[in-house]
Amino acid sequence: MEFFFEWFRVLYEETGINLPFLYDSYDRNRMFNGFLTTIWLSLVCLFFSIVIGIVGAWLQGSSFKWSRRIVNGYIQLFRNTPPLVQLYFFYFAIGTLLPRVENDWGGQSPMLGSFAWAAISLSFFAGAFNVEIFRSGIEAVPKSTVEAAEALGFSKLQIYKDITLPLAFRVVLPALNNNLVNLVKTTTLAYAIAVPEMLYEANQIWSDNVNVTEMMVFLLLAYFALVGVLVGGMNRWERSMKIPGYG
Amino acid sequence: MTYKSDLPVMMPPKPYEAEPFFRLEMRHVVPIAVFLIIGATMAFASDGDGKQSRMEVLMNWAPLLLKGFIFNLIISVSAMALGTAVGAILGLGQISLNRPLSAGSWFVTQFFRNAPWLVLLFFAMFLLPFEIDLFGLKIPFPDWFKAILGLSLPVMANVSEIVRGAVRSLPSGQWEAAESLAYTRRQTLWLIILPQCVKRMLPPWMNLYSILTMATVLASIVGVSEVMTLTGRALSAEGGRPELLAPFYGFVLLLFFIYCYPIARFTVWLEKKFAVIN
Repeated sequence: MEFFFEWFRVLYEETGINLPFLYDSYDRNRMFNGFLTTIWLSLVCLFFSIVIGIVGAWLQGSSFKWSRRIVNGYIQLFRNTPPLVQLYFFYFAIGTLLPRVENDWGGQSPMLGSFAWAAISLSFFAGAFNVEIFRSGIEAVPKSTVEAAEALGFSKLQIYKDITLPLAFRVVLPALNNNLVNLVKTTTLAYAIAVPEMLYEANQIWSDNVNVTEMMVFLLLAYFALVGVLVGGMNRWERSMKIPGYG
Repeated sequence: MTYKSDLPVMMPPKPYEAEPFFRLEMRHVVPIAVFLIIGATMAFASDGDGKQSRMEVLMNWAPLLLKGFIFNLIISVSAMALGTAVGAILGLGQISLNRPLSAGSWFVTQFFRNAPWLVLLFFAMFLLPFEIDLFGLKIPFPDWFKAILGLSLPVMANVSEIVRGAVRSLPSGQWEAAESLAYTRRQTLWLIILPQCVKRMLPPWMNLYSILTMATVLASIVGVSEVMTLTGRALSAEGGRPELLAPFYGFVLLLFFIYCYPIARFTVWLEKKFAVIN
């Protein structure tokens, strides 16, 4: 392995193509941690955005006028404003309003760090799309199925959890995957509030080594590969979850 | 193949559409925004205690921020025009019968669709020269121009997909009927297929424009002085008072909402109007 990495040092000395994240162990760690942060941020946002989507879709179908109105307002607000401004609003405006807590070194630090705010803001952003996606799936479940479940004595929550959602899930999977791919691409915005994800670490490396071209090309290829693998996996999953003879 | 049944297991999937925001329609948005801004100014104007109140400060800076916002719109319109022009060509390349051409167009489309907008913007910002030397004539490349180029890359890829999807969505009977009437492939495409596609392409194209408008703030990260950069400067010029952060960023959110919400409603209306009833 060490030989493989050394080869890139030789490559740099011979040709001037500088890829320090391969031959330099410090930069390698930075880049790898950035990669992990991107994945971790995506997973956290994915989880919370799906939770928001499921709960929001349930509230939208509820019989209270005001719960429906609030969910609609949330969707429209988050869909029609730039995610970066939302991120700034959460991080700078709401983040400074929260009380400060004492950190390990006895100093004062904000209650939530940049990673937490990025996760919250991006979850709300992706969640706004997920509510609509889930709702379209729930509407595809016919009333007769719900009535049949009611006749069998299922409670409202049970019907949603055991009947509607599993059926709806298969319908919405393509749209949901689309949104997930968008979410992974949107995690780059966390760069703006200094979350050490892939773009941020790449920026650090090119600031230290002045190799913007190589890092930029690598970054494009890395995201292309990451999203490509994701899309490929999701397409396979979609095919295996497809309801036969439907859609 | 569809079966008619009184008790289907699943209904056919419907495209989801956004419900209006408190039943607001396009025409309501501007008066409400004006009312909100004026009302808030009136309410906050009275509580002066030496320091300017938050709303007064915001009102002082509002004209500058609006100018920045207009710059955002200029960037979005230019990037959209450029991206649509190149993307349409790329989309036609994708449906071409020439194998290498269609494979190449497909790869370019996928590549730029999969890359995050911000990374593409960085790419354009750092790798394009600040001026090009064309036969002794120096053409400068200001950073806003590079931002337009960077933002038009993902737009190009998405437009290409929209064109391909629209052509694919037409029933194959259209192609076959045209063939039986002895139309050439080019004639079929220009006279029969594409005119029908325009209707189908318009709603997703407008959606894309809305997404692009919201992406123009990314240019602030790479140092173009648009509304987000100006907000940051205004905030630091006011001495970084923390209580100003919420109104300023809220104001920027409001600006984008006022612009993008009517577009979203209009898109929904278009979708309904152009919906194909089977």
